[in-house]
Amino acid sequence: MLLIRCPYCEETLPELEFVYAGEAHIERPKDPSSLSDDDWRDFLFMRSNVKGPHFERWRHVHGCARFFNAVRDTVTDRFLATYKAGEKRPSLAELEKAE
Amino acid sequence: MTTLRVPNGGRVRHDEPVAFTFDGKSYTGLRGDTLASALLANGVHLMGRSFKYHRPRGPVTAGSEEPNALVGTSRGKGRSEPNTRATMQELRHGLVAESQNRSPSLKFDFGAVNDRLHPVFSAGFYYKTFMWPKSFWDRVYEPVIRAAAGLGTAPKEEDPDTYANRYAHVDVLVVGAGPTGIAAALTAAKAGAGVVLVDENAEIGGALLSDPSVAIEGEPAWTWLAGRIGELAALGVTVMTRTTAIGYYHQNMVALAERLTDHLDEIPQGAPRERMWQVRAGQVVLAQGALEKPLVFNGNDRPGIMLAGAAQTYLNRYGVRIGERAAIVTSHDSAWYTAFNLADSGTAIAAIVDTRSHPNAELLGEARRRQIRVLVGHTVVATSGRLRVKSITVAPMTNGRVGKSQTIACDCVAACGGWTPSLHLFSHTKGTLRWDEASAAFFPDRKSEACEIAGAGRGLWGYAPVLADGVAAGTAAASSFGQEARAVAPGVKGDRPGTGANHAVLATSVKPGRVRAFVDFQNDVTAKDIRLAVSEGMKSIEHVKRYTTNGMATDQGKLSNINGLMIAAETLGKAPPEVGLTTFRPPYTPTTFATFAGYHRGTHFEVTRKTPIDGWADEQSAVFEPVGQWRRARYYPKAGEDMDAAVERECRATRQSVGIFDATTLGKIEVAGPDAAEFMNRVYTNPWTKLGVGKARYGVLLGEDGFIRDDGVVGRVSETLFHVTTTTGGAARVLTMMEDYRQTEWPDLKVWLTSTTEQWAVVALNGPNARKVLEPLTEGLDLSNEAFPMMSLADCRVAGFRARLFRLSFTGELGYEVNVPARHGLALWKALMEAGEPYDICPYGTETMHVLRAEKGFIIVGQDTDGTVTPDDAGLGWAVGKKKTDFVGMRSLKRPDLAATGRKQLVGLQPEDGSLLLEEGAQIVADPDKPVPMRMLGHVTSSYRSAALGRSIAMALVADGRQMMGKTVYIPMPDGTHKATITSANAYDPDGERAKM
Repeated sequence: MLLIRCPYCEETLPELEFVYAGEAHIERPKDPSSLSDDDWRDFLFMRSNVKGPHFERWRHVHGCARFFNAVRDTVTDRFLATYKAGEKRPSLAELEKAE
Repeated sequence: MTTLRVPNGGRVRHDEPVAFTFDGKSYTGLRGDTLASALLANGVHLMGRSFKYHRPRGPVTAGSEEPNALVGTSRGKGRSEPNTRATMQELRHGLVAESQNRSPSLKFDFGAVNDRLHPVFSAGFYYKTFMWPKSFWDRVYEPVIRAAAGLGTAPKEEDPDTYANRYAHVDVLVVGAGPTGIAAALTAAKAGAGVVLVDENAEIGGALLSDPSVAIEGEPAWTWLAGRIGELAALGVTVMTRTTAIGYYHQNMVALAERLTDHLDEIPQGAPRERMWQVRAGQVVLAQGALEKPLVFNGNDRPGIMLAGAAQTYLNRYGVRIGERAAIVTSHDSAWYTAFNLADSGTAIAAIVDTRSHPNAELLGEARRRQIRVLVGHTVVATSGRLRVKSITVAPMTNGRVGKSQTIACDCVAACGGWTPSLHLFSHTKGTLRWDEASAAFFPDRKSEACEIAGAGRGLWGYAPVLADGVAAGTAAASSFGQEARAVAPGVKGDRPGTGANHAVLATSVKPGRVRAFVDFQNDVTAKDIRLAVSEGMKSIEHVKRYTTNGMATDQGKLSNINGLMIAAETLGKAPPEVGLTTFRPPYTPTTFATFAGYHRGTHFEVTRKTPIDGWADEQSAVFEPVGQWRRARYYPKAGEDMDAAVERECRATRQSVGIFDATTLGKIEVAGPDAAEFMNRVYTNPWTKLGVGKARYGVLLGEDGFIRDDGVVGRVSETLFHVTTTTGGAARVLTMMEDYRQTEWPDLKVWLTSTTEQWAVVALNGPNARKVLEPLTEGLDLSNEAFPMMSLADCRVAGFRARLFRLSFTGELGYEVNVPARHGLALWKALMEAGEPYDICPYGTETMHVLRAEKGFIIVGQDTDGTVTPDDAGLGWAVGKKKTDFVGMRSLKRPDLAATGRKQLVGLQPEDGSLLLEEGAQIVADPDKPVPMRMLGHVTSSYRSAALGRSIAMALVADGRQMMGKTVYIPMPDGTHKATITSANAYDPDGERAKM
């Protein structure tokens, strides 16, 4: 079971309290109607599916219920960072240096 | 007691005999025996039959890696277990053990005919043999394969035992309590760390239990061990025996399976049988030791042939000689000590056969001193003996050629092909391995967790090096907490260092077609099978494994993986690491399902949510059904009624007078704040801005992909407060989706979301007399049609309770939903029942609710929709705000495929035979006489008998269904093809007059 740090509660807690919520930093277009079919398709379905550090969303559903962002390595399943929704994505180079 | 038991030998209690039975025959063993050691003491080697060829087999090991000696054990009703390893099952009074995979008896087994047919059952036979004729598959192959599949018999009764589950947090967890683990635990504990030491055996000591002659710190091994047990206790180290570390997970979480009662004569009242521990450790020390590797030679599987280390364990730990005349076959020094111990205990040594030309001179001297015959540079070409080995035939090897053979009589063989570090747990963490050419083994390389791996588990050999390594590991573990250890590695006298040579397969002069050299004993995989797999194109070890089943038995390749890899690599002409190693996965050893389940069984398996009215329904003998986690009354049968009769009565009563329904489980969300209406506009398809206070509207919720996710009536309580209802099963999903948008897409909106599902009890009244029942109980609200029309809501008092009253209808009748604080739900229900008495008020359940709504063509999300249905498909285009510029899913509705013609649309179906009930899920076709496969137009989504219409009704999703009104379609079902006409789904009171009364 993973231990995950909730950036709002500022506590590291068992995975059981959290739920995965898909790739992060995919912003809903401000005016979806102005998008072409292809662009809208990409927003709906196309995901990066990376092997390695992945920016993704989690929700502390059995805690503060907040959505937040995380960087998790999909190879090792290790969390490199968690941060609040709306914050800038951290630099991978710096995270890897910190490892 | 036979002469095979060494007087006062081993660690067993010679003064405490223990009676047990094996295949119905009574035997006696000693306290401290395992089932295997007790049977061996009685001269019994034959303990099982192999899986495929049904070959007679005896134990090859003395531990948890045992592939052969698997038996069924039982102790009374429900307490039986298949595939218990006889080498791990401790003897207890009255133990009942039965051999497996044989019929009629272990000594005479019809299934052994497979062994004669072995050329048929070679690697991949599944994929080659059962291909044709096609018609044989259902009637012949599958039944025969099913009957032959599986090892042992699963118990049929419910398990009466309980199983526990605990969490623990420790500084240092040491896995394996051999000399390395003990040294590590002591070192870390002395430095001040909190330490847990676990071992799968009944007592700690590991290899020392089988090697009493070695001296540590000037004391005989067992004296030293007793001293350390005392020291561990004094230091407060938690020592857990009979506890297997089955899996090593992320962030130093290790799962331990602790066996608590299987070794006890009597089960203490209420004691759990097993306990699963989830341990989070600061540091883990893996001291699991090494597993002995079998030698692969022709006829290496006969009962009586076992690993030399196992023979040594049976002798020294259990005081059992495995036979009267032993042959030793080895490529490693360690088996020589087994030979010496056996010789010293009065067992004749027929010969020590070493594959190496120049074994260690000291060992040769020791053998000579005992006058043991030694054959160096020899190979084993064959063995004999059906139910017990009778002889081995050996021959010298010169320049790679097999020389003239000789046959040596024996009644047991101790064989050793070297040692393999046990890297299972290390590999669970995705730690990397490196191949060590010299020892033909994988060693741990790069770590991925905070762990140390020490001792024989990283390829060290001999007591002095592993004790020193344990001290080093304990020191490292403690230092990660900033604690300083001051331990010195204990001195060792009479150590048993050793080296060895490695062989994929021992050479033989026997014709290749007659050679049976086993690699995986339990699954009957031979060296030839692995070569065949390679020659048939399996180049990766993962493919070889699946094609041959090598390593797929209950021992998960503990004995066979490395030998299989060596043979595959040799055949491919590649280095073993290029061929690869199969992935080790938890659990380390077979673990009962119940241990994983723990407390989560029966009523504790899942939460059952009950409404305040549930108890009343139960008293009325309601029949319940699960809806999500809720338990809902499905129907309320009267004496002698089946479901159809009860539902027909409930429907009739509701349509004719008044029915009462517990709607508490509906999901309820309060959307509050100055931007509540804007939020609703963005989330639901409908327009909300102009919805007046006190008015309600049916809302549709889409996913961003444009498909219907949920629906429900939404009421506007005030300018800034919406009371949103959702489907029973969708409540949590809807709130999650709303929260997602609120928190991450539109954090600027001033809106708050609160689940109120559990705060309100909801009672629905439906039927022409609903107002008459409700009116006398209502205060503060005029219920007349003019003052409180359809789709209204208001706060008032009902039966004296503060209430939020909705006027809406999911049945097509005049309807109300009374929300009161949940604690008043039952009282409200009873008050309404009493008030309804003059009108023969009838409680109805979810089944009647389904029928009544289907008569009106109202959808159930998830039944009439399936995640590919748009509002237009469902005939709900009217609920989509035409002037809106955006809402969740709106853009997707304009995607070409969603706007195209030919989409499946929700319609009604009227079967030609009105007494016929169409099957939900049945496919619909235009012309059943077309050749198969024919085009399917859609499927039936809902189907009921309608009392009001006097015929069966159905709803269906049909391609272009709304353009097909009045057309005939066909529904093929198992009992024949049925004809039906496409109609509107709104079959009852199509103008909706009754709801507006």
